[in-house]
Amino acid sequence: MELDSLYQEVILDHYKHPLNKGLSNTYGAQVHHVNPSCGDEITLNISAKDGVITSITWDGVGCSISQASVSIASDLLIGKTFVQAQALSEEFVDLMQSKGKKAGDESTLEDAVALAGVSQYPARIKCALLGWMAIKDASIQTQSK
Amino acid sequence: MSFNVAKVRKDFPIFERTIRDGKKLVYLDSGATSQKPLTVIDAESNFYKFNNAAVHRGAHQLAEEATDAYEGARLKVANFLGAQEEEIVFTKSATESLNLIAYAMGNAEPGSRFALTANNRIVVTEMEHHANLIPWQQLAARTGASLSWFEVTPEGRLDLSKIDSVITEGTKVVALTHQSNVLGTINPLDAIVKRAHEVGAVVVLDACQSVPHMPIDVMKLGVDFITFSGHKAVGPTGVGVLWSSLLNDLPPFLFGGSMIETVTMTSATWAPAPRKFEAGVPNMAQAVGLGAAVDYLTNIGMDEIFKHEVELTGYLINGLLQIPELSIVGPNNTESRGGSVSFTVGEIHPHDLGQYLDSQGVAVRTGHHCAWPLTRKLGVPATTRASLYLYNDESDCDALFAAITGAQKYFA
Repeated sequence: MELDSLYQEVILDHYKHPLNKGLSNTYGAQVHHVNPSCGDEITLNISAKDGVITSITWDGVGCSISQASVSIASDLLIGKTFVQAQALSEEFVDLMQSKGKKAGDESTLEDAVALAGVSQYPARIKCALLGWMAIKDASIQTQSK
Repeated sequence: MSFNVAKVRKDFPIFERTIRDGKKLVYLDSGATSQKPLTVIDAESNFYKFNNAAVHRGAHQLAEEATDAYEGARLKVANFLGAQEEEIVFTKSATESLNLIAYAMGNAEPGSRFALTANNRIVVTEMEHHANLIPWQQLAARTGASLSWFEVTPEGRLDLSKIDSVITEGTKVVALTHQSNVLGTINPLDAIVKRAHEVGAVVVLDACQSVPHMPIDVMKLGVDFITFSGHKAVGPTGVGVLWSSLLNDLPPFLFGGSMIETVTMTSATWAPAPRKFEAGVPNMAQAVGLGAAVDYLTNIGMDEIFKHEVELTGYLINGLLQIPELSIVGPNNTESRGGSVSFTVGEIHPHDLGQYLDSQGVAVRTGHHCAWPLTRKLGVPATTRASLYLYNDESDCDALFAAITGAQKYFA
């Protein structure tokens, strides 16, 4: 079934058992992002030391794609420098905009390549990007402090 | 004459196509926009092919024909609503119609029945579409008036128990939906209209979800303004309607060509209604298409359409209630409700459910349906909505039931 290209097992796993969900008590920056067309919401905390992301925690409501994507993103980007995180974020956005023509590089994006199928469903791309945009925004805010 | 859905469907070319690799199109999203019969598509297309010219101007035959077609559409819409021609304003959408009223009230002379100050109140309900909420929020912000609202009960009905303390002396406008686009609830109007008129307020009715589905007689409703969109009533996009018997007293909102009587370098006076509310060259082909749409609906019969939809809504609700873990958000019977049925299915997020339904050819709407305060109040971040129209039948409902059951297995 074509739908299976969207709902890969690894996505449903992250959806059912999300990583880094539950907000930390302390943080360098906190952001709240919403997807106004569907009502998905996310609050996300980020902490960093010496240019390295030390913690990403989040809470929110949303569809499996948005929830799995933020779980995957947080797991991937903790321990990366802001420079590395930004490069990975750009690589992911590029994958999402590929209209199904790219599979993604698993050596860099890891579990996030499972979201490649989303790029064939234009209405769902914003779901997949919600968490990544929140991390990008929080990264900028915490670096500017 | 019994209602023949198979015959109706033949009038709509879109049902000839298939969805997602050859599946039958099960279109259950008419609450968002309806499909179009060929007569409407032809009317719009033929206007461009044969009669296109700017209406109300131009000294030539095409301009006369275009004006006749456009004004003919106005008469058709007036007859459809039991109204007078001069009470019908064409806008680009119901959203524009509602904004027109709110902005026009904001332009009213101090002391007029429409003018608002900090001593006045605007009343809405918790079940409003954003289009009948935000214009009033903004009017309140511009004038200092307060905004109050009727709450929604857990069953999805308006709580009218405090009507006298919600609609108070000093209330200038009560704006509400005739039928909720989320819950399907048809709101009772008599008590609200009576109380509003008692305190001198006008009643604005968002009829987007009612005009396409049931017989409407503006005289019987007793409200002061009615708005709806063409595209939800088998008509084209780009045309909305505003009906009111108070247009002569209401100042204009959009200024420009066509809406004037005289103009000097420093001042202008206005054409009589409805012209003073139709600045610029209007969406002519779309208005003509809407005329064909109300002809189409009238030929089938609004009583017949309403009866068909109520029966089908009963079938839809009963079938949905058989599905484990499914909860209907809104009335779970056909008493005073239309064919928009929102629901949640266990822990499956509506967006995921909608995606699965789409893979089976079933088109529904998911999300907050532009009524975010309502879904928040009801404690559901989002719902899935199936909405019916004259071209749906029991097989569409059956396809929905089967697809929901399939989704439960898929996401288990």
